[in-house]
Amino acid sequence: MSKIRVLVGTKKGAFICTADGTRRNWEISGPHFAGWEMYHLKGSPADPNRIYASQTSGWFGQIIQRSDDGGKTWSTPGSSPEDLKGPEGFPKGESNKFVYEGETGTHMWYDGTQHPWEFKRVWHLEPSLTDPDTAYAGVEDAAIFKTTDGGKTWKELPSLRQAKGHLWQPGAGGMAVHTIIIDPKNPKRIYIAISAAGAFRTDDGGQTWKPINRGLKSQYELPDPDAEVGHCVHRIALHPSRPDVLFMQKHWDIMRSDNAGGEWKEVSGNLPTDFGFPIEVHFHEPETIYVVPITSDSLHYPPDGKLRVYRSKTGGNEWEALTKGLPQKDCYVNVLRDAMAVDTLDECGVYFGTTNGTVYCSPDGGDSWNAIVRDLPGVLSVEVQTLK
Amino acid sequence: MIRVVLPFHLRNLARVDGEVVLEVPAPIPVAAVLDALEAKYPALRGTIRDHGTLKRRPFIRFFVCKEDWSLEPTDKLLPEEIVCGKEPFLVVGAMAGG
Repeated sequence: MSKIRVLVGTKKGAFICTADGTRRNWEISGPHFAGWEMYHLKGSPADPNRIYASQTSGWFGQIIQRSDDGGKTWSTPGSSPEDLKGPEGFPKGESNKFVYEGETGTHMWYDGTQHPWEFKRVWHLEPSLTDPDTAYAGVEDAAIFKTTDGGKTWKELPSLRQAKGHLWQPGAGGMAVHTIIIDPKNPKRIYIAISAAGAFRTDDGGQTWKPINRGLKSQYELPDPDAEVGHCVHRIALHPSRPDVLFMQKHWDIMRSDNAGGEWKEVSGNLPTDFGFPIEVHFHEPETIYVVPITSDSLHYPPDGKLRVYRSKTGGNEWEALTKGLPQKDCYVNVLRDAMAVDTLDECGVYFGTTNGTVYCSPDGGDSWNAIVRDLPGVLSVEVQTLK
Repeated sequence: MIRVVLPFHLRNLARVDGEVVLEVPAPIPVAAVLDALEAKYPALRGTIRDHGTLKRRPFIRFFVCKEDWSLEPTDKLLPEEIVCGKEPFLVVGAMAGG
């Protein structure tokens, strides 16, 4: 029987939840890296036992951790004690060295002046679909890095910041590459998203990037609501069978593009509010998408204290509230952008984690929900591995 | 022989218990201690000082014989009590406040 492994990053450590395909009884391991902010953990599609993790701290900076045994043990690639007498010579300890390429350059600062790029942390790790040693890192201040040696060293793909980077301005949550999606049919095409900058696409493996924000409207956030960059994109998702069809949770608005980001149209439809952070696509139904509406940009909790996932089976516009098993009163949590995921079992499971440390699973595509675990530290990210 | 006391999270990262002992030839400035520490425990690189600039991270403090050396030049020589191992060199995570 298939097995499910849920990788949960929280504000105070990482947790790994496992269950069989029924997804009823869960075992929880952790906290791994107790006390550290674990922004994101993600397994390699090419080797599920290879997991990359971003571990950060206001005191000690960035650490990259890697597991080669499905999360049982971890090491900092190229700098762990067992590497001291490695065949590659003395370890350089560069798995956490994220240095911008060339002239560091500047971006727009809060006061309208230009401000130099400063690396702060890795928000998102996206392993290659085919090579366990290759992965991308989305970082704050916004940039994308790539490793081809299993995380021992990272090199920036600097042309992203040339896509009008001087106009990017951090929002209240910082300015980070938080979404990286590799086109499963064309690995040279990669989509990324940056809060308060927008969505971008490369078609040549990261050598050049272009903004893909036409159709986004930010009338309350930007002086020019149709600006080419500057939109606060919270998340993008796609279905692997149709990588040209993108769904977006913008700051406000649910958007859809049918031409790889060339043009976007709003599909918020009958949602009670179209503000939110995550968006996901059902693994078997490319037109079935999920969002978690939040009251507003000023009130980061669900409307009326009711935690409701909304599902559209029509690719947007027509939405239904999914409430069975979710708290329907006095609930004032948020679900962050990287904290929702789906599995690939025949009956698609949907998962999300909340800022009050509860991780929910729906084993039936959203019809009903159960808490896998409660009272963890605030959940920053949720990823799911379906293990055959 | 230099004795170094690391904060909890860096001890875990370096996979050490208690104090770290380093062999560093005298005379010994702060930078030489950090160089030796990072050479023996590469996982600590970038956590105490920046990879590129080698500047101390903002919320790291260095305590030497009950004095705060965080703002001292890193080429300043450490006192004999540290050099001979009588007193430890303390790497400290600054108070978070709040």
